[in-house]
Amino acid sequence: MFSRTWQRLSSVVLGLLSAPAVMADWELNMPRGITEVSQSIYELHMLIFWICVWIGVVVFGVMFYSIFKHRKSKGAVASKFHESLGLELLWTAVPTVILIAMAVPATTVLIQMYDTTNADVDIKVTGHQWKWQYDYLGEDVGFFSNLTTSQDEIYNRTEKTENYLLEVDKHVVVPTGQKIRFLITSNDVIHAWWVPEIAVKKDAIPGYINESWALIPEGQEGLYRGQCAELCGVDHGFMPIVLEAVTADQYQVWLDDQRAAKIAEAAAALGDFSYDELMTEGADVYARSCAACHGAEGAGMGSVFPALAGSPVALGDVAEHIDIVINGKPGTAMQAFAAQLSDVELAAVITYERNAWGNDTGDTVTPKMIIDSKE
Amino acid sequence: MTTATASHDDHDDHGHHGPAKGIMRWVFTTNHKDIGTMYLWFAFTMLFIGGTMALIIRSELFQPGMQLIEPEFFNQMTTMHGLIMVFGAIMPAFVGLANWMVPLMVGAPDMALPRMNNWSFWILPFAFGMLLLTLFTEAGAPNFGWTFYAPLSTTYAPSSVTYFIFGVHMMGISSIMGAINIIATILNLRAPGMTLMKMPLFIWTWLITAYLLIAVMPVLAGVVTMMLMDIHFGTSFFDAAGGGDPVLFQHVFWFFGHPEVYIMILPAFGIVSQIIPTFARKPLFGYASMVYATSSIAFLSFIVWAHHMFTVGMPLQTELFFMYATMLIAIPTGVKVFNWVSTMFRGSMTFETPMLFALAFVVLFTIGGFSGLMLAIAPADFQYHDTYFVVAHFHYVLVPGALFGIIAGVYYWLPKWTGHYYNENLGKFHFWMSFIGVNVTFFPMHFVGLAGMPRRIPDYALQFADFNAIATVGAFVFGFSQLIFLFLLIKTIRGGEKATDQVWEGAEGLEWTIPSPAPYHTFAEPPHVK
Repeated sequence: MFSRTWQRLSSVVLGLLSAPAVMADWELNMPRGITEVSQSIYELHMLIFWICVWIGVVVFGVMFYSIFKHRKSKGAVASKFHESLGLELLWTAVPTVILIAMAVPATTVLIQMYDTTNADVDIKVTGHQWKWQYDYLGEDVGFFSNLTTSQDEIYNRTEKTENYLLEVDKHVVVPTGQKIRFLITSNDVIHAWWVPEIAVKKDAIPGYINESWALIPEGQEGLYRGQCAELCGVDHGFMPIVLEAVTADQYQVWLDDQRAAKIAEAAAALGDFSYDELMTEGADVYARSCAACHGAEGAGMGSVFPALAGSPVALGDVAEHIDIVINGKPGTAMQAFAAQLSDVELAAVITYERNAWGNDTGDTVTPKMIIDSKE
Repeated sequence: MTTATASHDDHDDHGHHGPAKGIMRWVFTTNHKDIGTMYLWFAFTMLFIGGTMALIIRSELFQPGMQLIEPEFFNQMTTMHGLIMVFGAIMPAFVGLANWMVPLMVGAPDMALPRMNNWSFWILPFAFGMLLLTLFTEAGAPNFGWTFYAPLSTTYAPSSVTYFIFGVHMMGISSIMGAINIIATILNLRAPGMTLMKMPLFIWTWLITAYLLIAVMPVLAGVVTMMLMDIHFGTSFFDAAGGGDPVLFQHVFWFFGHPEVYIMILPAFGIVSQIIPTFARKPLFGYASMVYATSSIAFLSFIVWAHHMFTVGMPLQTELFFMYATMLIAIPTGVKVFNWVSTMFRGSMTFETPMLFALAFVVLFTIGGFSGLMLAIAPADFQYHDTYFVVAHFHYVLVPGALFGIIAGVYYWLPKWTGHYYNENLGKFHFWMSFIGVNVTFFPMHFVGLAGMPRRIPDYALQFADFNAIATVGAFVFGFSQLIFLFLLIKTIRGGEKATDQVWEGAEGLEWTIPSPAPYHTFAEPPHVK
């Protein structure tokens, strides 16, 4: 019913209302999206939009007719009528009918959206300040996904890239042609996981596991970007989502790769690392996982996030430093990084913190020390 | 007290006594006109403070990237902007208009509880002084959004949250006392012959608003008290780790929050319902249905709160209930709009500044109503929720809705208050600059919201850049246009063409039977309403 003609009409009208520049449809309007649900939502949206436009045309039409015709300067003399039972019943009844006509398709779509049964893939999505964690249930695959847009881009020191603020280090990979169920929760405050192209938006709430689902049709492989949609603190604007849809076969290969990489990583942790290797790696990890709160130069931020340069922890007992990074500090914003970073990354970043920005302990923290202290 | 006694003595030889001299007039006054004036100036000051914050926000969002402020301060600005505009600008402005106009429109000598009236005003500067001072503390001002969702506002909040809680308590006490006063005045002090169904619409809408305030401000006080307990006394109302429930916070907050939305719009409905008949020179169409529609909206406001929470993961049945209930609001709201349009139809219209603001109100509030109807459709709300589409929606109902209603009312009654006509050309200039500014600011927000820009972010992806730049330009036009209003107000207070008692050719009602400017004491003898 609201197919191509309507779509074209809507872009024309919206285009006329907007800036003079010629804009592509997706910049003005809700995306149609790639799933059956997202397209149903888009059609509901356009249906209600056009109903509103037509009501507006009629109501404002009468109003502006009066404004032009019934003005005193044109000699209009006011009539005295001030009620009409028939008219008032009519304009109560007609909107009621329109609303019922709206409610029926809306109910159908909502019921469809709530049917999370018979999923082929279960992915647990956990919101953290300010990153997403993905666990593929029953697959022994899980990881954190961090923003990769550099501070230099954000602070206008270099050119902004195409996917500014919408790029992450690890994509959440999903198969096409299979029903994916997202189990959404949070580790700290409330976040909301939103990918517009699949019309999935659900709050991530500590203590709750919310469910949502998507079935991406085969042939729609690609990258789909989204963002956190619920204010979750200082870096709320900096925790995007990149969903990578691949074929079912590629998905299986990807799962195997993830598992192999994990084994390789564990083996690597038993190897030897030089101070320089750890410092280089540590600087990288620090920028990705720590700088958002503790500052790029370890200077901290406000009264909530302490400085690391010259801090008693970074200059004090190694074991205590390792303990705080691995287990976090309860009652503060300091998270537990044991699951977020590999043993090598943990060793590297602690080494870096103890030797950067004028911290001069000279300590080298090895991955083996991390493994020991975890036990 | 000595001042009050002295002033009384000074004026014994006059027929009735005037105000005391100097600053103490304002500190000790129990006169509804003085208190109304103070409320209005307070609200106007807050409008400029909250507006400055809005311009800081828009300046940072002019281009992608962080230029002027840090994300932390950005969050403080969005939070304080919302709190100050809602509780400091819009609500006190309506209470100020009620203080001035309710006694004049019902034929009462003053408000029913004049000393409480003084107190309910004087709490406000302290409440907002305390809230604003948090900006200068080390931890910074509240940064968790004006909706202050737990646990961001409890476990993860800056220490200034305690000041915020105390401030909200004080604002709540002020609002409740103001509401009690308005109800007592309307129910007890009406002139003989003014039955309920003869009351002006502004009185009706404020009566209903006052009941809403009494019903929900204690709920707000309750929710912030629960926060206080969680933060300082070891309870876990909203802390999942202690067996509490973060979603409970949202239910309680929005049980207050949705009626609050109507608290901010119903009096504006009343003002517009006074203005349109005056300048159309024709009685209001469907008076009785206006009263019933307002009551229906007030009733429905209590059973729709969870439409603010469609994405929290409520059960399907709950979603459906709140979707249907919310859609129902469109019916009484539609009745009101149709009535206003019918009042204009075959009238004899002129377009002085109050009428221009009232007409803009009807059109732009209706646009906000349309986007509200779209947001009510739960499946579509999964895409709209927490985007700039929502920001566009509520700014359309609050700025060209509530705020234009207030401005229209100020222009409408200003000659009665000051005894002077304002400069009509300046008023029209103010109107057109505001009208253009408001639309250039908020209309593009619909587009970026639909295209996927979340709200409350200090920086955004590149595809949103063009419309954000346009919105920022509009915001500066709108913001600076309000200086025209300030200039016009001062000019009108200081002098101008002498206003007649009736002020407007088509004006009807008790407030137009007394002299302009309204004497310090009016209706010592109650008038008779036929």
